[in-house]
Amino acid sequence: MSAPVTVLEVEKLTKSFRRGGIWGGGVTHKAVDNVSFALQEGETVAIVGESGSGKSTTARLAMRLLDADAGSVHLLGEEITSISGKELRIKRKDIQMVFQDPFASLNPRMKIVETVGEGLRVHQPEMSRQQRREKVAETLALCGIGDEALDRYPHQFSGGQRQRIGIARALIVEPKVLVLDEPVSALDVSVQAQILNLLKKIQAERNLSYLFISHDLSVVRHIADRVLVMLEGSVVEQGDVAELFSNPQHAYTQNLLAARPINHPRERQQPVSA
Amino acid sequence: MRHTPPMTDHLSGATKTRSLELRELSLSVPIEGEHVTAVAGVSLTLHPGRVLGLVGESGCGKSLTAQAMLRLGEHQGVVREGGDILLDGESLFSMDEESLRKVRGGHLSMVFQEPMTALNPVFSIGSQITEVILLHLDMDRNEANARALKLLQDVGMPDPEAVLKQYPDALSGGMRQRVLIAMAMAGEPAYIVADEPTTALDVSVQKRIILLLRNLQLDRNLGMLLVTHDFGLVAEMADDVAVMYAGQIVESGTVEEIFNKPMHPYTRALMGCRPEVTAPGVLMPVIAGQVPPPGSWPSGCHFAERCPLADDACLEPIAVDAWSDAEHQVRCVHAEAKIPELEVAI
Repeated sequence: MSAPVTVLEVEKLTKSFRRGGIWGGGVTHKAVDNVSFALQEGETVAIVGESGSGKSTTARLAMRLLDADAGSVHLLGEEITSISGKELRIKRKDIQMVFQDPFASLNPRMKIVETVGEGLRVHQPEMSRQQRREKVAETLALCGIGDEALDRYPHQFSGGQRQRIGIARALIVEPKVLVLDEPVSALDVSVQAQILNLLKKIQAERNLSYLFISHDLSVVRHIADRVLVMLEGSVVEQGDVAELFSNPQHAYTQNLLAARPINHPRERQQPVSA
Repeated sequence: MRHTPPMTDHLSGATKTRSLELRELSLSVPIEGEHVTAVAGVSLTLHPGRVLGLVGESGCGKSLTAQAMLRLGEHQGVVREGGDILLDGESLFSMDEESLRKVRGGHLSMVFQEPMTALNPVFSIGSQITEVILLHLDMDRNEANARALKLLQDVGMPDPEAVLKQYPDALSGGMRQRVLIAMAMAGEPAYIVADEPTTALDVSVQKRIILLLRNLQLDRNLGMLLVTHDFGLVAEMADDVAVMYAGQIVESGTVEEIFNKPMHPYTRALMGCRPEVTAPGVLMPVIAGQVPPPGSWPSGCHFAERCPLADDACLEPIAVDAWSDAEHQVRCVHAEAKIPELEVAI
C-alpha cells in the first residue's frame, strides 16, 4: 500500500459563541477548543460526544459552514480557512455533508431529480438537463433508489429511502470527503444496518473519506477506523477504534463505554440507587 | 425504603392492583380519508411488579397500542374496531370522561419520549406536579407541595427545592425526564406506560434514567409497559417481551426466553442487525425491503414477503400461538426451522 494521503487536516480549531445578553454582555462559551485531527484517504474518523460536546460544531467548522475564531483547515492540501466566495464554493465540491434528518434537509417542494441534481447546477453548469437527469439516476442507483423516484417528492419516501437520497445528493458532485452528522440516529435498527452497509460499499468503491459524527458508540465501533472523543469542546481522547474500545484511557471515555446498552438480560447490573 | 402510601388510600373507585388487560384490541387510523387497520387483535396483560417490553420498528403500531392503554389518540382519529381494555375487569370503553380522568394518572400514567414537549413551558415545575397530585389524591395544597418535593427527591433530582420554583427551560433533557417521571408517579398509579423514555437523551443520561425507572418500578411494585425499538433497553428492564410487526404481536415470552431462544424470523433478524452484535468493519445482516404500511398488509403472515422461510403455508393467516409452550408464543408455522444465513443486502 502506498503512503496515506491526508485529505482533511484540521489544526487547533477554536470557536466561541456568546450566550445571552441581547444588548451586549452575556457569557462567552468555548464550543470548540483547540481541536486538531487529520483524515486520510479511504478512512473513517468518528467524532463521539454527547449533546453540547462540540462535535457538530467541529464538523461545521471543518466544512466552513461556520468560521473559526482560530486554527486552520486544509482540504486536499489547500488552506480553506481564509478563502471565500467563489473560491470556497469551488472547494466545497470536495467536501459534502449528510444530515441526521433527511426530511428536514430535502426541500419538500422540489422533485428528487432537482434536489439531488442541485450540486451539479453549481459545480457543472455546462451539463444539459438530460445529462443531469442521467447522472442523478446513476447516483441514486448507486444508493439503492430506482429511477421511478426521479419525479417524486420527499414525502413519498420512508426515512431510510430519504437518507439514501440525502447520500446521493452529497455524492453527486463526486466529493473526496463526506461529513456525516448522525446519519443513522433517526432510523430503525434494520434500516440503520442497510444504510451502514451502503456507506461501507460506497466508501470502498470511491475511496471516500468519512468524518462521522455520532453519539452512538456501537455504530461508531462498527464503522470507524479512528475515534475522537469530545467533551465540552475539547478532544479528551483519540485513537484507533479497537484500541479505544478495549483500552479507554480517559475517565469520560470509560463512562461512555460503561453506559452503552447491554446485549442480554444476564448483563444487568443489580439495581442500585440511581 | 420509601414511604409509599397504601395503594388504595386516596382513591375513589376500584382497588388498583390486579391487572390491566388489552384483549384482542384492533384500532384503525385515518390515512388519506380512509380508516385503515393499524393494530390488529393485540392482546397484552400488565401485571403489578412486572415490566412488559413492547418492541418493534416505527410504523408497527406499538405507540398506538401504548396510547390506547390510556384511551389517548382518539382525538387524532384513532378508532377502536374491536376488542377491549380492561382495568381489573372493567372496560375503559364503558367509562365516562370523569372516570377516565381519574384512571389516567391515578391508576395508570404515561412517560413520553420527548421531555420538552410534554411539559408546559409557562408553569413552574412545582405547580405542574402539584396539579397532578391535587387531581388524584385527597390532599390540601401544603400536603401536595410537600409531596411534590418528596417526589423530586425520589427521582434523584439535585436541589429539588430550587427546581420546584423553576420553569422547564431551565432544566436539561435528563432533568426534565426526571420531572416527567415524578409527575407520572404523583397520583400513585399502579401501572406506567413508558413510550421510548430514554430515546431523546444522551447515552450517559439514558443509563441513569433506566436505573431510576427500574428502581421506582421495583420499589412501588408497578406494572409497566415499556415501548421501545431498542433491544438493549428491553435487556435492561423487561421481565416479559412482546415483539410487534405490522400491527400484530409476532412473538412473546419471558425476557430470558426471547433472548436465549428467539424463534420468529423477524425477531431473530431484528436482534441480528444491531451493531452491538456484529463484528466491526464487516457488512451487517439486514432484512431486505420495508415494513408494509397499514392498508398494505398481506392476508397471510405479515412478515412473509421479507422472510427467508416463507412458503405456501404462510399465505393463510397465522395464529398468535402457532408455536407455543408455557413461557413463549410465536406467530410462525416455521418457528423451529433453521434460518438460512441472512443475506447481506445493500
